[in-house]
Amino acid sequence: MDQDLKAELSKHGIFTTTFEEIYNWGRKNSVWPLTFGLACCAIEMIATTMARYDLARFGAEVFRASPRQADLIIVSGTVTKKMAPQVVRLYNQMPEPKYVIAMGACAISGGPFRDGYNVLRGIDRYIPVDVHIPGCPPRPEALIDAFMTLQKKISQQQLTGEGRPRHLHADLPSEFPVPEHAGHGLEPAENAEVWNPLRVIQG
Amino acid sequence: MMLEAASIERTTEERTPVEAAELSASPENGQLLELSMGPHHPSTHGVFRMNVQLEGERVMRLKPVFGYLHRNHEQIAEKVSYLASIPYTDRLDYLCSMTNNWAYALTVEKLAGLAVPERAEYIRVITAELTRLQNHASLIGFLLQDMGASGTPLMYAFREREKILDLFESLSGARMMCNYMRFGGVRVDLPPQWVERAQALVGGFPRFLDEFERLLMGNEILMGRTQGVGVLPRELAINAGITGPMLRASGVNYDIRKVDGYGIYGRFKFRVPLGEHGDVYDRYMMRVLEMRESVGILKQALGEIPGGPIIDAKARLRGLRPKAGEAYGRIESPKGELGFFLISDGSTNPYRYRVRPPSLINLTVLEDMCLGRNVADVVVILGSVDIVLGEVDR
Amino acid sequence: MSSGTMNAETIKAEIEAAVPGCHVELVLNGSSSAQHSLVIDNEHALQVARYLRDDSALRLDFCSNVTGVDWLDAEVSETVKTKKLVDGVEQEVSEVRKTRTPGRLEAVYHLFSMEKKHGPVILRLRTADRAGGTTVPSLTPVWRSAEFQEREAFDLYGIVFAGHPDLRRLLMWEGFVDHPMRKDYLPPEENEDGDGRDQR
Repeated sequence: MDQDLKAELSKHGIFTTTFEEIYNWGRKNSVWPLTFGLACCAIEMIATTMARYDLARFGAEVFRASPRQADLIIVSGTVTKKMAPQVVRLYNQMPEPKYVIAMGACAISGGPFRDGYNVLRGIDRYIPVDVHIPGCPPRPEALIDAFMTLQKKISQQQLTGEGRPRHLHADLPSEFPVPEHAGHGLEPAENAEVWNPLRVIQG
Repeated sequence: MMLEAASIERTTEERTPVEAAELSASPENGQLLELSMGPHHPSTHGVFRMNVQLEGERVMRLKPVFGYLHRNHEQIAEKVSYLASIPYTDRLDYLCSMTNNWAYALTVEKLAGLAVPERAEYIRVITAELTRLQNHASLIGFLLQDMGASGTPLMYAFREREKILDLFESLSGARMMCNYMRFGGVRVDLPPQWVERAQALVGGFPRFLDEFERLLMGNEILMGRTQGVGVLPRELAINAGITGPMLRASGVNYDIRKVDGYGIYGRFKFRVPLGEHGDVYDRYMMRVLEMRESVGILKQALGEIPGGPIIDAKARLRGLRPKAGEAYGRIESPKGELGFFLISDGSTNPYRYRVRPPSLINLTVLEDMCLGRNVADVVVILGSVDIVLGEVDR
Repeated sequence: MSSGTMNAETIKAEIEAAVPGCHVELVLNGSSSAQHSLVIDNEHALQVARYLRDDSALRLDFCSNVTGVDWLDAEVSETVKTKKLVDGVEQEVSEVRKTRTPGRLEAVYHLFSMEKKHGPVILRLRTADRAGGTTVPSLTPVWRSAEFQEREAFDLYGIVFAGHPDLRRLLMWEGFVDHPMRKDYLPPEENEDGDGRDQR
């Protein structure tokens, strides 16, 4: 839209926008996270919601205990193989649109506990992750930065066309298969449709 | 304003739990609801699961399920050197990284026969007591949040915690995972003005405690929900290996700082508060009173801290190969007795590395305390045990 | 150092006097901690435990720590100087002696006294081997604090504690079949980059 016309109209008290802008504006400023803390990063997440860093200013006003009422799951802490099915189940129970922030080295890739018989090497083996925050634990400012990155991502989503988000795509899945506990580990070890590991091409 | 536990007014009505005979309700003759509280639950302090069997609102059975945060810390420690395990000890009880480091450093010093210079001992005591302050404040905040106070006490507690974390950050470089103690001393010396800043914080802390107490002490909901709830008898506490404020709330005078006198705790004058009833209210009061004692220890230590080296001249951090043998070292962490058991076979990696987790062992009696009580009491009782899953599951 | 360190040899003598028929072995500790331990035979372990807890002088009412340890088959060579007849003349000769210790599992108990404020007294219970004979008696009936810790030793090492009220896995899930803290545990192959090679 022509910016000068917009400015002219706004001087007369007429506010113009597009559906996309206002839809995304509403969504990004009221992302309600799920109270989901696994380990040490959870304490930094709690510190981010406390008076000093205050995540509520950014719209994460209430942390909801029920996944049915949450928009965002901040996977903060090590995901163990024992806990992984529960994490995927919770993600499946969240209604669309839903987002995932993988907070901390453990949630991204297993972190310092990678070499473990009970540690899952990153939650992105089973569910799609939107923002990764490195750190062990990341500072509260880093979590706020990640939150703002997510808000930027939401505000850039188009409502129509190929680039539209998953919840507006009828054929993209919003629930992912839950792994099972087998004799030696998880079955399956990862979800091939979701997991995109870095490929080393040796020339 | 010093408060003695016995002088606090208590409600007179006794709420006795259900008699043992009535607890024999079985699935056949009653309507038992089996409920899984956790691992994702707003009040289980982490990924902890309790399978409870309920008759109406009353708890008939409670079985805890662990392992949702089992990160095989012990196996990793057996594959790497002694020094490389120190950052992993930070992540055990992730609220109290300084005391975890100290317990491990103490055990290795026992194993390898290392001495610690005086200044380092003072720094260790100061950081440990600061850790105790922020741990107990956070615990009270979380306990009250579980009761429904919806964040306000937690905000106050975290406000003080942030001040202490600022001190830790300027000292060790990290807020939570300090990685600060070394075998034979500490890693870096105190930065300029650190002692003055700490003294200012400690000077202001009693005012925070007074404010906290004014908010909470006579609060009817707090008293109604915690007095008489979750009683732990003395003999059971000793036999079940309970340690820390939970043990002392049941009236047992066992504080490892006094019993073992590790470090230089023998030089400081401080009292050990004891409870009478062993209920949740006493455990809450233990933390309040211990915070006051910690402030006293800090004032003394910060006033007396000498100069000098911060690590033993003979300490060898890299390539430490203690002689073959074993050692068990323990300290009074804010949660209880945190012990490390190390078996060395003469090489650079420990042959066996074991953490004695106070949070896990304090949960032994969770079922006993909750039987016959309501589901709502389970939440409060679990909050008073003070668990951190990084330590329970390791 | 605790306020009263216990002399392991005196305690050994007291146990042998109080529990007839029991077999107590002293294990010296090479490190500077000087925390020596006592190996108790499995048949008399419960009686010894009760004696240690109830005796009026010892009153070891607090079992602080229960650890599982995995000892693999080990061969220890030591050089020993002996006198031997060489060509009719007695001479001092060094010879290498190899002792083979078969592998076994061990449960180590650290005991303290809350009443008397002394400790630690360290007990060890050994299994017969690492395969079929991995049973030791449970000391949970004596010290309730051993309940979860023995379950953990069972979970991670496979030590079966006979007489434990509820011996299940503690940390790993129920269908898990391995005992991961054993020294010969191999983790399942992890497919790192999807091309079939096992990369760490």
